[in-house]
Amino acid sequence: MLLRNGCAGRILKSGSFRSMSTSWWKHVEPAPKDPILGVTEAFLADPSPDKVNVGVGAYRDDNGKPVVLECVREAERRIAGNLNMEYLPMGGSIKMVEETLKLAYGENSDLIKEKQIAAVQALSGTGACRLFADFQKRFSPDSQIYIPVPTWANHHNIWRDAHVPQNTFHYYHPESRGLDFASMMEDIKNAPNGSFFLLHACAHNPTGVDPTEEQWREISHQFKVKGHFAFFDMAYQGFASGDPERDAKSIRIFLEDGHLIGCAQSYAKNMGLYGQRVGCLSVICEDEKQAVAVKSQLQQLARPMYSNPPVHGALVVSTILGDPELKKLWLTEVKGMADRIIGMRSALRENLEKLGSPLSWEHITKQIGMFCYSGMTPEQVDRLTNEYHIYMTRNGRISMAGVTTGNVGFLANAIHEVTKSA
Amino acid sequence: MSASSDHANSVFASVVQAPEDPILGVTVAYNKDPSPDKLNLGVGAYRTEEGKPLVLKVVRKAEQLLVNDPSRVKEYLPITGLADFNKLSAKLIFGADSLAIQENRVTTVQCLSGTGSLRVGAEFLARHYHERTIYIPQPTWGNHPKVFTLAGLSVKTYRYYSPNTRGLDFQGLLEDLGSAPAGAIVLLHACAHNPTGVDPTSDQWEQIRQLMRSKGLLPFFDSAYQGFASGSLDADAASVRMFVADGGECLAAQSYAKNMGLYGERVGALSIVCKTAEVASRVESQLKLVIRPMYSNPPIHGASIVATVLKDRDLYNEWTVELKAMADRIISMRKQLFDALQARGTPGDWSHILKQIGMFTFTGLNANQVAFMTKEYHIYMTSDGRISMAGLSSRTVPNLTEAIHAAVSSVA
Repeated sequence: MLLRNGCAGRILKSGSFRSMSTSWWKHVEPAPKDPILGVTEAFLADPSPDKVNVGVGAYRDDNGKPVVLECVREAERRIAGNLNMEYLPMGGSIKMVEETLKLAYGENSDLIKEKQIAAVQALSGTGACRLFADFQKRFSPDSQIYIPVPTWANHHNIWRDAHVPQNTFHYYHPESRGLDFASMMEDIKNAPNGSFFLLHACAHNPTGVDPTEEQWREISHQFKVKGHFAFFDMAYQGFASGDPERDAKSIRIFLEDGHLIGCAQSYAKNMGLYGQRVGCLSVICEDEKQAVAVKSQLQQLARPMYSNPPVHGALVVSTILGDPELKKLWLTEVKGMADRIIGMRSALRENLEKLGSPLSWEHITKQIGMFCYSGMTPEQVDRLTNEYHIYMTRNGRISMAGVTTGNVGFLANAIHEVTKSA
Repeated sequence: MSASSDHANSVFASVVQAPEDPILGVTVAYNKDPSPDKLNLGVGAYRTEEGKPLVLKVVRKAEQLLVNDPSRVKEYLPITGLADFNKLSAKLIFGADSLAIQENRVTTVQCLSGTGSLRVGAEFLARHYHERTIYIPQPTWGNHPKVFTLAGLSVKTYRYYSPNTRGLDFQGLLEDLGSAPAGAIVLLHACAHNPTGVDPTSDQWEQIRQLMRSKGLLPFFDSAYQGFASGSLDADAASVRMFVADGGECLAAQSYAKNMGLYGERVGALSIVCKTAEVASRVESQLKLVIRPMYSNPPIHGASIVATVLKDRDLYNEWTVELKAMADRIISMRKQLFDALQARGTPGDWSHILKQIGMFTFTGLNANQVAFMTKEYHIYMTSDGRISMAGLSSRTVPNLTEAIHAAVSSVA
C-alpha cells in the first residue's frame, strides 16, 4: 500500500501501522565540517604521540594543558551549593552585565551612569553577534553588514542566518602581512552613508593585525563623516596586550567621538570560560528611554531562541568581578596568559630565523593576540598536518596559545621545512 | 549629500518598547507588588511547601562531584554538546531498550533547554523538510508560535482543548489533523500539556498515531515534564515511545528545567529519529550548521550535572524518588484546592482540577476574573487562567480559594 510522500507501509496484524517508508531526510547532504572546530576533531582522532594542535583558539599553558583560572576555581567553590538555579531574566544576570559594561566602556563611563546602554547577557561572543544580527535585520531591515577580509569564519554564517546581506571591506595586506589601511579607508569612504561595519576591537581574528591608535582615530573620524554604524566584536579583551583597558582603546576612541556603537563581549578566552558560554551584547542609545526600548526588543529575540541565558557562567563572572580581590587575581592571570603568548611569539620567530629561513617572520611578533597569520598556503598547511601531525586551520592561522616551550622548536622546524622552497 | 554629522542620532531611534512577555512578565509584575500576601502562580517553576525554589539533592551531589574534580576543565563542548549527556538523554526519553537507539538511528544534540531544542529542530525543518507548516495545539505554551515563526515555519493550529468539558476536544483534533496537508509537521506535548494539563489517553494516542502515520504527518514532541506528570519517567514517555516503536521518524525536544530543577542552567536535548543510521549521521551534520551561527556550542555546566546523575545508578534512583515527591506534592495540591472549593461551595464544576495533569491547571477563569484576582487578592497568573500548582502550598490554598470564589461570584 503506497501512500503519499513516500510513506509506504502495511497494517500489521495488531492493527497498528508499520511504516516501511523511506526517510524524510534522504535528500539531506552531509554538511561540510566546520573549518575551525573540525581541526580539533581531526587532531583528537590522530594517534601520533607528536601531534600538535595550534588550531582552535583555546588557551593552553606551557605544558599544552587547558587552564582553569584560579579566580574561576575560587568563584566556583563559593557558588557551589549556595544558590538556586532559577531562571535568569530574559536579559540575563543584571550584575554580570553591569560589570561587563564597565570593562568595555570604563569604570566611570557616563554612558553607564546615564543608563544609555541597552545590554543583555548573551551566549558568549557568537550569541552576542547573532542577537545583534537578528536585531539589525528586524530594525534596520534595509541594511547590510560590512565584514573585514579575512575574519572569523563564523561571522559570515551568523549574519547569513540572520538574513542580513553581507559586503566585505579590505583589511589584511598579504604582502606585508599587516593592515591594508589605505584600501580599508577607501572602502569605508565608498560605502553608502550609514552603513553597518563589523570591527574587531583588538587582536583581530585570524590575522592578529590591529590598527594603531592613530589609525583607529582616522577610522573613527571617517565613520563620523559617513554616519556609519560600528559594531565591535571584542573577544580578546585583556588577551591582546595583557591590559584590558588598553585593549578597549579602539572602543573608547569611538565613544570619545560620540559614536553610538554596538559591542559583543566574550569571557571565553579572557576568563577561560569557553564552554560556559558567557558574553554580553550592548547597544549604545541616545537616552535611557531608547535603551529600555532596545533592550526589550533584544529580549524578544532571545525568548524564541533560548528563553533566558545560562546562569552558571554568569555567576562565575559576577562573583569574580564583584570582588576586588578576585578581580585583581583575574587581572594578574589574564596578564600571565597574554605574556606567555607574547613570549611564544618571540620564541617562534627566533627559532625560524635561527634555522636560516629565507622568509621574513617579523609579522609573528608584530601581530597581536591569540593568533598568528603565518602566510602559509593551504597546501603548506596540509603538509604540516600530513607529514608532521601539526593541526591548524587551512588559512595558515596558528593559535599561539597552543605553542609551548616544548613544541616551539618542532613547530619552527616543520614550518621551515614546508616553506623553505617557497 | 553629506552624511549626518550629528552623532546623537541613533539608527535605532524608532525602536518601540516591546510588550512584556506574557508569561515571564507575570513574575516581573509579581516582583513589583509590595503586598505581603502576594502569590505567584505564573511561571512554571517548582516551589516547595514553604514556597521556596528547590535544588534537588542529587543535583547538589553532582555539583560537588564536579567542583571537587580538579581534572575538570571548561573547554568548549563540541557543537553537538556533551556526548554522554546526549546518549543518556536519548535513553531517558526513548527507553534504554529502544530499537531506534540500538540501530543508531537517533541523532541527539544538546541544546538550551526546551526552547533551544525546539528552535534548533524548527530551523532544521525549515531548511531541510519539504513542508513548512507546523500545526500546534490550541492552546499551547505562549512561546511556541514565536519559536516556530522565527525559525521560518508557518504556524497553524489544531483543536485541542474544549472549554465546555475542560478536557480534550478529541473529535476536533482528529478532524483538524485529518485535514492537514500530507507531510505537515505536528507539535505534540508528550505529557502534561501546557497550559491545560489535558492529555490524551493511551487509546487516544494510538488513534492519533495511526492517523498521523497514514497521512505522513511528522511528529515533533515537546517533552518538558517527563517524570513530573505522573511521577513515572517511563509512563510520561509512553506517547513518544509509541511513535518510535512503529519505526517511523519524529523529532523530540527534551527539557531538564523542571524534572531536574535545572531551570536557569538551560539544559535540554533535541533528538531526531531517522529511518537509517546513515541518514541520522547526515542529519546531525546539518544540525551543527544550525547551531554554530547561533551560539557555537552549548553550555557545559548543566549538562555535566545531568550526565553525572543519569549515569550513576544510585544518583539516578535518588533522582526518581525526588521527582516522584515533587509530582506527588503537586497532585496533593490539586486535591487540596478541589476540596477547598467544594467546601466553600464555589459555583461550578471544579473536577478538572483533579483530572488535569502536570504542573498547571487551566482553571477556566477568564481574563477579567484573572485581573480581578490580581488586583484584589494579589494573585498572579497568566491571563488565560493558567495557574502553576507548583506555586501553591497548604498555607496559600485558602487565599486562592477565596479569590476564585470571589472572582466567579462577582466577575462575569
